Amino acid sequence: MQIESISLKEGADQEGFRNAVRCLIAGDVAPERVLWQTASSLSLFDAAPVRSDVAVSLPRDVADLISKVVCHTDNARYALLYALVWRVTHGERHLLEVHSDPLVFRLALMAKEVRRDIHKMHAFLRFRQVPAEDDRYMAWFEPTHFILEAVAGFFVDRFPSFSWSILTPIGSVHWDKTAVRFGPPGQREDVPATDAFEAGWGDYYASTFNPARINVGLMRQHMPKKYWHNMPETNLIPELVRSAGSRVETIMAKPVASSRKRMPKKALEARLDAGPRTLAELNGIISASEPFVQGGTRAVLGEGPMHPELAFVGEQPGDQEDIDGRPFVGPAGQLLDRAMQEAGIDRSKCYVTNAVKHFKFQQRGKRRLHQTPTMGEVKHYRWWLEKELEFVQPKLIVAMGATAVMALAGKALPITRNRGPAEFDGHAGYITVHPSYLLRIPDAGAKHQAYAAFVDDLKHAEKLAHTFRAA
Amino acid sequence: MDLFQKLKILADAAKYDASCASSGAPKRAARAGGLGSTTGAGICHAYTPDGRCVSLLKILLTNYCLFDCAYCINRRSSNVPRARFSVDDVVTLTVEFYKRNYIEGLFLSSGIIRSADYTMEQLMLVAKKLRRDHGFAGYIHLKTIPEASPWLIEQAGLWADRMSINLELPTDASLKRLAPEKDSATISAAMGQMHERIAEAREERRRFSPAGQSTQVIVGADATTDADILSASAGLYDRFKLSRVYYSAFSPIDHASALLPPSAPPLAREHRLYQADWLLRHYEFSIDEIVTTADDGMLSLDVDPKLDWALKNRGKFPVCVNTGPREMLLRVPGLGKKAVDKIISARRHTRLRAADVQRLTRAFNRAASFLVTADHHPARKLDEANLRARMTKPQQLALL
Repeated sequence: MQIESISLKEGADQEGFRNAVRCLIAGDVAPERVLWQTASSLSLFDAAPVRSDVAVSLPRDVADLISKVVCHTDNARYALLYALVWRVTHGERHLLEVHSDPLVFRLALMAKEVRRDIHKMHAFLRFRQVPAEDDRYMAWFEPTHFILEAVAGFFVDRFPSFSWSILTPIGSVHWDKTAVRFGPPGQREDVPATDAFEAGWGDYYASTFNPARINVGLMRQHMPKKYWHNMPETNLIPELVRSAGSRVETIMAKPVASSRKRMPKKALEARLDAGPRTLAELNGIISASEPFVQGGTRAVLGEGPMHPELAFVGEQPGDQEDIDGRPFVGPAGQLLDRAMQEAGIDRSKCYVTNAVKHFKFQQRGKRRLHQTPTMGEVKHYRWWLEKELEFVQPKLIVAMGATAVMALAGKALPITRNRGPAEFDGHAGYITVHPSYLLRIPDAGAKHQAYAAFVDDLKHAEKLAHTFRAA
Repeated sequence: MDLFQKLKILADAAKYDASCASSGAPKRAARAGGLGSTTGAGICHAYTPDGRCVSLLKILLTNYCLFDCAYCINRRSSNVPRARFSVDDVVTLTVEFYKRNYIEGLFLSSGIIRSADYTMEQLMLVAKKLRRDHGFAGYIHLKTIPEASPWLIEQAGLWADRMSINLELPTDASLKRLAPEKDSATISAAMGQMHERIAEAREERRRFSPAGQSTQVIVGADATTDADILSASAGLYDRFKLSRVYYSAFSPIDHASALLPPSAPPLAREHRLYQADWLLRHYEFSIDEIVTTADDGMLSLDVDPKLDWALKNRGKFPVCVNTGPREMLLRVPGLGKKAVDKIISARRHTRLRAADVQRLTRAFNRAASFLVTADHHPARKLDEANLRARMTKPQQLALL
């Protein structure tokens, strides 16, 4: 039997293994004919590894398993992996589904050990700030397996905005805020000996420990001792464990002391005292809050006198309203003004506001495209609208369009079927279309008709409000 | 008082909150100039000698509090030393700890000062500042003050990954006696509000407390039985789709109240509650099955609830590893969810023997009495009177 000797680089030689597999499978070399070796540096006189372009197609889960197991320190890893590849490519394509197979079991265990090592490196590595350098941090870590390449991405994702170096006995990885570079092994002494926040971290670690629940075995199961010497907080463990018993005894033996505090009666009464107490206060809150919709550069607040006969509620501010900071000043607002005039309503005597206080839009080049707010977004704004109308106390609330109806009624109602007098949570209301709907009707005749109906609605609402006042 | 001194007081004051999870947030990474990432699964950055993980910086904004909950070290009548962080203090600690890879993020809670609204707003502002000014993409868990105005809770949900309201005591009577300022109706209403907003945001693919909401129940501070506690949990999972209910064994606290003198924490009981909760959420057990297994309303401490159920329902076993349905394999003591998935996958290709199953679970000895394989049958073992006694070994507490 002719033996094929394969030499791979030390560590996790993903590339070398992949290439070897291509050559071996192409040459139909059975696993028992392959001798796998790793060398710290391949001798100059070694034949250059033969390249093969014949790709070996493997199921996704096999490829994933290989990428993990290659990182393992077990010298048998390549031979085991090749035995797997051989079987998968020779009639057992679904081999990885047979978790009870001894080879699959062993490889799964190795992959698990590698994953755990990666996870623990993500968790237990500690950075120290390099003195006199604001945004440079360094860490020393001793992984069990060859996982340096496998962990780098995690730290890049997490810490993109300062430069850092991770030194280990098997190599180092460096991030300079733009690119990752792998380098030679480092030494513990190359990393700063301490850090300004380590004492505070120790304080936190000690304070968050509950001595009444001491369970050292469980701690060591999750945080094996081999990691301790590179974790600053673990210095505190012996003392925390030693004193735990007496700390609990002291607490248990302590007689119940009477309170030194007086009963804070007034403060207690005030605890449920929640604002806002005035419309101005409410508006202050809305203006300072984060929009619940995408876009909205500023809150556009309601406008008009208190205790009006009519309050008009629209959908949300548009482009022009967002620029001016006032409701209904854009094209739809101008149409509303005209309709009000024709209906004999003085806008300055009405309150005008929107269900959603921010302009929801999508930026397309220079244009800001209006987006209809979703049910959930409208609900975020409901509490504010309810408060607002509580303060304003109109005789009648006119809901213009589906969004306003949704906000006032708490659910979606079709406008066409519910147009006319309505009731919003016990308050007199009126449902009609939104003026921007009129702007969008393409047919001139239909537009004219719809506009006339809108004016009629306004007249009707005005009359209704008037009868409320008379009553 | 310097920053680290405050930290000592306000970490000590927060440690009775059992929640530590940093999971459930969508995968994300910081943008240029930002800081932090979430991986989906949480990371435990250290373990304290109580075996609990340190994942989030778990602190209170302040331990001054107007409430007088008897079980709480920070109740207003307690003589505990007090401290208060500023919003910037918390932001600094979170950012600096995070940069050194000590933590996954922040879990911020607070005593109630001035008013519910004021307190909630301060918590919200910390989260807002972290996200806005520091591009912080790490995990944020905010405690929600149920008495606060709805708009504050809704603003907080824009910044937090998870929000939680602690129920603490599952019955009205206990709340009245031990936490006079709390009100179960207010708590339910706030949970309901959050549940609605979270569900709507998920459906509309918006970000609002993406890791959901959780709660905590104290175990052993009142006479509530395990059955009552678990029924309450089942109700919360059902009504509000909570991500988690945490169980916290009532621990002796310094400056204890006369209403609740210090006693050893019921750790074994807490452990059994977590196991039963797990059966509810991951093993397709119904709350009725769990409640009927618990004699006098209490889970047995000598065996875990799954084994207890199996021993009390021996007629349903043995289950054949090669042909049994998934839902019954899940009920076999010693077979975890992962082992069952592996069995289901492997048996499509091969007939499983005892040696095969041994490779799939570490607790084969426990499973063997309830399981049939190609070369193994428990036969009369299942009917033996001393089966329970043989299975009752002092077991290591190793969950969570």
